[in-house]
Amino acid sequence: MAIQVEGLRKSFTGVEVLKGVDFGVRRGEIFALLGSNGAGKTTTIKALATLLKADGGTARVCGYDVVRQPDKVRDVISLTGQFAAVDAILTGRENLVMIAKLRAVADPQKTAASLLDRFGLTDAADRRAGTYSGGMTRRLDIAMSLVGSPQVIFLDEPTTGLDPEGRLEVWRTVKELAQGGTTILLTTQYLDEAEQLADRIAILHGGRIIADGTLDHLKQLFPPAKVEYVEKQPSLEEIFLAIVGEKKGQ
Amino acid sequence: MKALRDTFVLFGRSMRHIVRSPDTIITVLITPVMMMLLFVYVLGGAIQTGTDNYVNYLLPGILLIAIASGISYTAVRLFADVQNGLFSRFNSMPIGRSSLLWGHVLTSMVSNAISVVVIIGIGLIMGFRSSAGVLAWLAVAGILALFTLALTWLACIPGLTAKFIDGASAFAYPLIFLPFISSAFVPTETMPTPVRVFAENQPVTSIVETLQGLLHDQPVGNDIWTALAWCVGIAAVAYFFAVRAYKRVG
Repeated sequence: MAIQVEGLRKSFTGVEVLKGVDFGVRRGEIFALLGSNGAGKTTTIKALATLLKADGGTARVCGYDVVRQPDKVRDVISLTGQFAAVDAILTGRENLVMIAKLRAVADPQKTAASLLDRFGLTDAADRRAGTYSGGMTRRLDIAMSLVGSPQVIFLDEPTTGLDPEGRLEVWRTVKELAQGGTTILLTTQYLDEAEQLADRIAILHGGRIIADGTLDHLKQLFPPAKVEYVEKQPSLEEIFLAIVGEKKGQ
Repeated sequence: MKALRDTFVLFGRSMRHIVRSPDTIITVLITPVMMMLLFVYVLGGAIQTGTDNYVNYLLPGILLIAIASGISYTAVRLFADVQNGLFSRFNSMPIGRSSLLWGHVLTSMVSNAISVVVIIGIGLIMGFRSSAGVLAWLAVAGILALFTLALTWLACIPGLTAKFIDGASAFAYPLIFLPFISSAFVPTETMPTPVRVFAENQPVTSIVETLQGLLHDQPVGNDIWTALAWCVGIAAVAYFFAVRAYKRVG
């Protein structure tokens, strides 16, 4: 198991956000944490990324306890937060070199260059990140998370606020990462995103995981598909085609 | 060792910010320089300080005002890092815990040193002359550095805890006014008793009088110890609360 969460609890000023969250993520898996706004997705991610201390329960990442061995955990993870965390005043390249130096990567310049290339940012590499489009910023953000090849990546709502094209780009990147053996825990409020990307899906609701499994497994939890007959209204297209067709026939 | 290297990487980052937005140094300089011109050429003729050249008397006070306004940028930069998520990114990485704050503190030390040198240069043009030897100048530099360090740690607290950008910068205003209620611009003898008692016992007075003594080759007596005690005391208390605030940010 790459991630193991048991009975995680957390309250903020008397409001219990997590009431005992349990789930596990296998190595190399894309795991989606699905939930509406305020369900506690970000709180869960923050606890796993050692940014927030839970009130109770345990969480382990690659076997390391997030509270007792935070340094070990930080060595193997990387976090891409809800809002792209890039330094707007530095260029794309400088952002990557900075992270590479902080991660003590052997050749920061080379690491930066190869990530820029991989994310199609080479042309924009020496422009300030503040001038990037939303999609480019998110790509740089994810590229920064990949410096040092962490084993586990947390993506907190990676496509919120992106246009459809940017969204597809991120999806492609996530799939590629998983193919390379990286474990990915992502949160999302979009059902289609979970459906598209995730090997397994957990639904976080009311502070607990209320369902957990593959898409097929989740589908089985609901009543089987039912055949219904519904009177169909013609669409404008059909009306148009019908009228045009009649004219031709005359 | 790793913490030291990380500190320098992060220091390099925020120095780049300053180099790329030199307005942060220029705006810091405008107010103290205008004040120096105003006090010397408009009010100075009417002020009796017992020195032949008023600029000799007021320069230390102007330097302290410049530092007090300069450190508000540290608060603003920290606030920005917390807000845009870079702090979370750094904190989920294997970086020395103290490096993030020290990176900002070093940047403040260097940028304020630049301001101080520029103001002394303008002072020289306006007729400032000092009879201080190398050792006395070193002592002046040391006290100014310690004063900057103390106020920078103080600035870290609002930088980390403010909810709005205005809150992060506004705390500096009272600090900028402290030199006015001291012996920095006029001797305290003419002030009404309550004001005089405050003026003579607040930190700025001992610092200003030490600087004046050092720069003009006069005995500094106990002032230098009082000044050092204030600086070290403020630095220690502010450091404690800044680190505590930092741990809560996550």
